[in-house]
Amino acid sequence: MMFDPGSSVRVKNDWPETRGPAHIRTPHYVRGMQGTVVRWLGAFPNPEDLAFARPAATRALYHVRFDQPAIWQEGRAGDELVVEIFEHWLEPA
Amino acid sequence: MTIVETDGEKLLTALRSVLAAKGIASPAEIAERIASTDSANPGQGARMVAKAWTDPAYRARMLEDGTKAAEELGIPMRGMPPLGVLEDSADVHNLIVCTLCSCYPRAVLGYPPFWYKSAGYRARAVRDPRGLLAEEWGTVLPDHVRLRVVDSTADYRWMVLPLRPAGTEGWDEQRLASIVREGDMIGVTIPRV
Repeated sequence: MMFDPGSSVRVKNDWPETRGPAHIRTPHYVRGMQGTVVRWLGAFPNPEDLAFARPAATRALYHVRFDQPAIWQEGRAGDELVVEIFEHWLEPA
Repeated sequence: MTIVETDGEKLLTALRSVLAAKGIASPAEIAERIASTDSANPGQGARMVAKAWTDPAYRARMLEDGTKAAEELGIPMRGMPPLGVLEDSADVHNLIVCTLCSCYPRAVLGYPPFWYKSAGYRARAVRDPRGLLAEEWGTVLPDHVRLRVVDSTADYRWMVLPLRPAGTEGWDEQRLASIVREGDMIGVTIPRV
């Protein structure tokens, strides 16, 4: 799935590290959170496979913006977090 | 004997020969990478910032593609992750962190400073960035400025293009570059005269 800039997305609330060895580049604090796609950054080999020397298909990488106070329940209104997230962690929201 | 008990030099020599024998990395390629890693320092990023401050066309190219803009100034980028440049404005201040490890724009800033890799910086930069800036760095952002914290989690590396400070009118690139510090390009500090 491709996401256009401005698309509303939700990061999957998934915890692969609870199911066995994993190398995940999606930080804990954004899992399950809603954000907005800023832009497509390119396609890169999936680090979750690369880390274990498995064949790694390329996956689209997006810059996704989150409302900072909404994530932490504190902070200054208007401040934001921008995180690089791979497409397979994102769902339309 | 386990790998941690092995003589480091011997292990490195063995690894180098295997890499060469398998055609993965030749001794010349390894030497080139060591040289470019060792020569990278914040002065490289500072040159880019100073040029962007004085040359609007370069600034546009730098924001479009940081890697190409670095190469344009002779900074070696071969084999490096793509470089993105985040532009500060009168309304937005950028701060860079890598909460997962220590991803850092080494090609243009050199080795990451110790604090960048600390758990304290990595945690507080995303949870309490204004507190971190004010209490650890003495950087207090005006109320109307939005703070954008960029968590460098994957394949890109990011640097900040800070605002040119007042009082530098008429300065040439070299003089401008001399006031741009490592922290200014990570966003913990702001260039000052």
